[in-house]
Amino acid sequence: MAATEQLTKADFQSNQETRWCPGCGDYAVLAAVQSFFPELGIPPERIVFVSGIGCAGRFAYYMDTYGMHGIHGRGPALATGLASARDDLSIWVVTGDGDALSIGGNHLIHALRRNVPVKILLFNNQIYGLTKGQASPTSELGKVTKSTPFGSIDAPFNPLSLAIGAEATFVARTIDTDKQHLPAVLRAAAAHEGAALVEIYQNCPVFNDGAFDALRDKKRGEVNRIYLEHGEPIRGVVRDADGALRLGSGGAPVVHDAHREDPAFAFALSRLSSSPDGPTPIGIFRDVRRPVSGSDLTAELAAARAGADDAALDALMRSGDTWTIS
Amino acid sequence: MAGDSGDGMQLAGSRFTDATAIFGNDLATLPDFPAEIRAPAGTVAGVSAFQIHFASRDILTPGDTPDVLVAMNPAALKANLPLLQRGATILVNEDAFSVRAVQKAGYAESPLEDGTLEGFTVKRIPMSSLTTRAVEDLDGVTSRDAQKAKNLFALGVLSWLYDRPTDVTERWITGKFDGPVEAANLAAFRAGWSFGETSELIDVQVKVDRNTEVLPGTYRNVNGTEATALGLIAASVKSGLPLVFGAYPITPASDLLHALARRHDMGVRTIQAEDEIAAASMALGAAFGGALGVTCTSGPGLDLKTETIGLAVMLELPLVIIDVQRAGPSTGMPTKTEQSDLLQALYGRHGESPLPVLAASSPGQCFEAVYEAARIAITYRTPVILLSDLFVANSSEPWRIPNAASLPPIDPHFRTTSTGAFLPYTRDDNLARPWAIPGTPGLQHRIGGLEKADGTGAISYDGKNHARMTKLRADKVDGIEVPDLEIHGEADADLLVLGWGSSYGTIRAGARRVREGGGRVATAHLRHLRPMPKNTGALLRKFDRVLVPEMNSGQLAHELRAQYLVNVESYGKVQGQPLLPSEMEQEIWRRLSS
Ligand SMILES: Cc1ncc(C[n+]2csc(CCOP(=O)(O)OP(=O)(O)O)c2C)c(N)n1
Ligand code: SF4
Ligand SMILES: [Mg+2]
Repeated sequence: MAATEQLTKADFQSNQETRWCPGCGDYAVLAAVQSFFPELGIPPERIVFVSGIGCAGRFAYYMDTYGMHGIHGRGPALATGLASARDDLSIWVVTGDGDALSIGGNHLIHALRRNVPVKILLFNNQIYGLTKGQASPTSELGKVTKSTPFGSIDAPFNPLSLAIGAEATFVARTIDTDKQHLPAVLRAAAAHEGAALVEIYQNCPVFNDGAFDALRDKKRGEVNRIYLEHGEPIRGVVRDADGALRLGSGGAPVVHDAHREDPAFAFALSRLSSSPDGPTPIGIFRDVRRPVSGSDLTAELAAARAGADDAALDALMRSGDTWTIS
Repeated sequence: MAGDSGDGMQLAGSRFTDATAIFGNDLATLPDFPAEIRAPAGTVAGVSAFQIHFASRDILTPGDTPDVLVAMNPAALKANLPLLQRGATILVNEDAFSVRAVQKAGYAESPLEDGTLEGFTVKRIPMSSLTTRAVEDLDGVTSRDAQKAKNLFALGVLSWLYDRPTDVTERWITGKFDGPVEAANLAAFRAGWSFGETSELIDVQVKVDRNTEVLPGTYRNVNGTEATALGLIAASVKSGLPLVFGAYPITPASDLLHALARRHDMGVRTIQAEDEIAAASMALGAAFGGALGVTCTSGPGLDLKTETIGLAVMLELPLVIIDVQRAGPSTGMPTKTEQSDLLQALYGRHGESPLPVLAASSPGQCFEAVYEAARIAITYRTPVILLSDLFVANSSEPWRIPNAASLPPIDPHFRTTSTGAFLPYTRDDNLARPWAIPGTPGLQHRIGGLEKADGTGAISYDGKNHARMTKLRADKVDGIEVPDLEIHGEADADLLVLGWGSSYGTIRAGARRVREGGGRVATAHLRHLRPMPKNTGALLRKFDRVLVPEMNSGQLAHELRAQYLVNVESYGKVQGQPLLPSEMEQEIWRRLSS
């Protein structure tokens, strides 16, 4: 690859034929990501996409970077291992709501608490797509799916609340078809030093069509999207006398502070909407600094390895009590 | 040496071992820990024991029937008495045989008084009070320090009894402890030694000559865990690949995590993962990035890693999985040994998912075994399972330290360039695919768990291609070069005893006794379970009778019958205890005489 500033969208398009259903939100995300990546200035060979299993998981095949399509839910663990071996890569994880929050829930929360330098893109379509339409851990109560013909009886996760509870240092939400907002969020995630969790509301036209219409639809979206901008007042959100945040008017205006150490503020923002059928905050909820997993260690170990030659190995093997027989 | 888990028997045992090794005896040791961390003090469940077997000749096992037992309390006596034969010597800490302690151990009356020990040579030594007397005048020594030092008193007595060099132990005490504790331990050790020397109770001193037949070289004592850690570090140094070790704590595998976690100085990265699935996945993710990815576990942990191992088979990336076997199923007997994961290692994955399987045959051989596992993984781009077990991990023996320069080379042979499009599923003479790691310009590619087209690696659901890939994956593994099986003993013996893994020494020792008694028996030992040595089938057919002893219900026997259509006799043991030389001797004789 020549000078990185000459990179274009085409440099990130692999020759693998995309195989999502027509109209799937995943196409929009892929196009946005491929258009955005040249801007990072990182040559494709230093970028790795790791994914789990699901429709979203196919993403890794379509980026002309290094990629690993792993196993269901284990993307964050695979990526953690890769990050621990290599601090010179830009590592991205693509996961679905089932992948990240059901089978892989444990790996997700631990990657976040460790603050592993990986960017996790959670494609939330509130359904199991690849397995053809079962309820997912983000499906709303009462949702009728193939596996819940009488309506889901299990309360859903709020992925951002979960991430904040898991000590995530960067938590954001965006929408598959928002060609401005999605890259802006990715830009901030890429600039963040530690783990970043980006929830992307993604429409599945086949098994859960319209789940995000209240936000995706141009007209309704104008009303319902509550954009979070650091340092700016949050439209439609006020603080009551008791300090609680709520949607509406008639309280004190609230200025967004994504850098607040105390996670309570970001958590309160994440609780403002429980499902995306009304006013919903979009943007960067939290972006704080905390030591990154292994940040100094990788360099320290590389330096140690440089000195770990035969002589060092001989010395190690001969340490402790030894005796010689001649 | 047996006592309550708080009595420091493992420490005393390992000190005696070091002195013995440095003196120049050959030896093998076996610690036996209680399953519970804090089993009630004074109970049989809380007994911790350490066994050592040493001689002036080649020692093959930690031994089966101890000649001397040190029992620090009634429970230790009760737990270990069944191992002894009449005539053995028992040194008891007489002070510990109070009425309450005797009852706690489950004796109705004191075994010192009621004839239980008839036929044994019993030496009643008031170890607690003698230790207290030896240390009470030292500055700053508390009565607790005195209590805790009685293991060193016992060690002192035993060291005199077998005329062990004292300087090794004293040097260790001074290096390890400071202040009053150092003083108390030294005083207790010396008091024990003097007691042996002066008391009329101990009337003989046993001299065990040096073993003069050992190969020249520099030696140290290692247990299987230490040797494995060194082997992994050696593989990292020799291959130039960073070692990334992912693990989730589980007995008895955790010790390897502990040993490697200390080795930042050698560039070792350990990660304590959130579970075994993650531990394996982290190692595999690191391998994708060009590291030597290793994961280690036991029991149920191997079940959890299965999914990732299957992915590694499909990705054809190097990965070393170490399984320190313990008694199962489920939680089973976590502190007891077994060899019951062989069939799981060979076959325990969905789909056709072949991989090389090796087994470590002795504590020191763990070094070579894990080094070879890593070499195969890297050379052939494949996950490799190394089977060790609790017995081999915890036992120790003198190990002839190799020279780093003479270790076999390991070349990761990364692909760095490509003429034309890079095809990640083309193959070399070993059927290994190219390993191109992120950061290499122009070789960007995607790999994953989906079946891939031969050569290009593109996703493929074509049936014929799948058949070809299935065969390629198997042929690659079965084409790995492994050394031929070697026969020990006469090639026309009446019986061949074929073992695998940690029973190596035991089988050799049992067979040696039979040969000394005039029996015609040969032995051979499998270190590679897949692929097996090429001469295995021919060799099995050469003998009229083949006996396969293992610490399971006949898994290797099952495999040998299936692969070679030969009849072998299985001898299985699943009591959580290693096979014993006497047991082998008996089983061999039984077959020779029928
Ligand atoms: C161990 C395991 N269990 C189950 C599956 C089947 N499976 C594949 S994808 C999937 C759910 C995918 O849902 P989600 O993560 O939301 O991704 P989407 O398809 O909606 O993008 C399941 C259950 C699997 N591949 N592996
Ligand atoms: S099933 Fe849904 S999520 Fe999956 S590809 Fe089709 S539309 Fe997209
Ligand atoms: Mg989904």
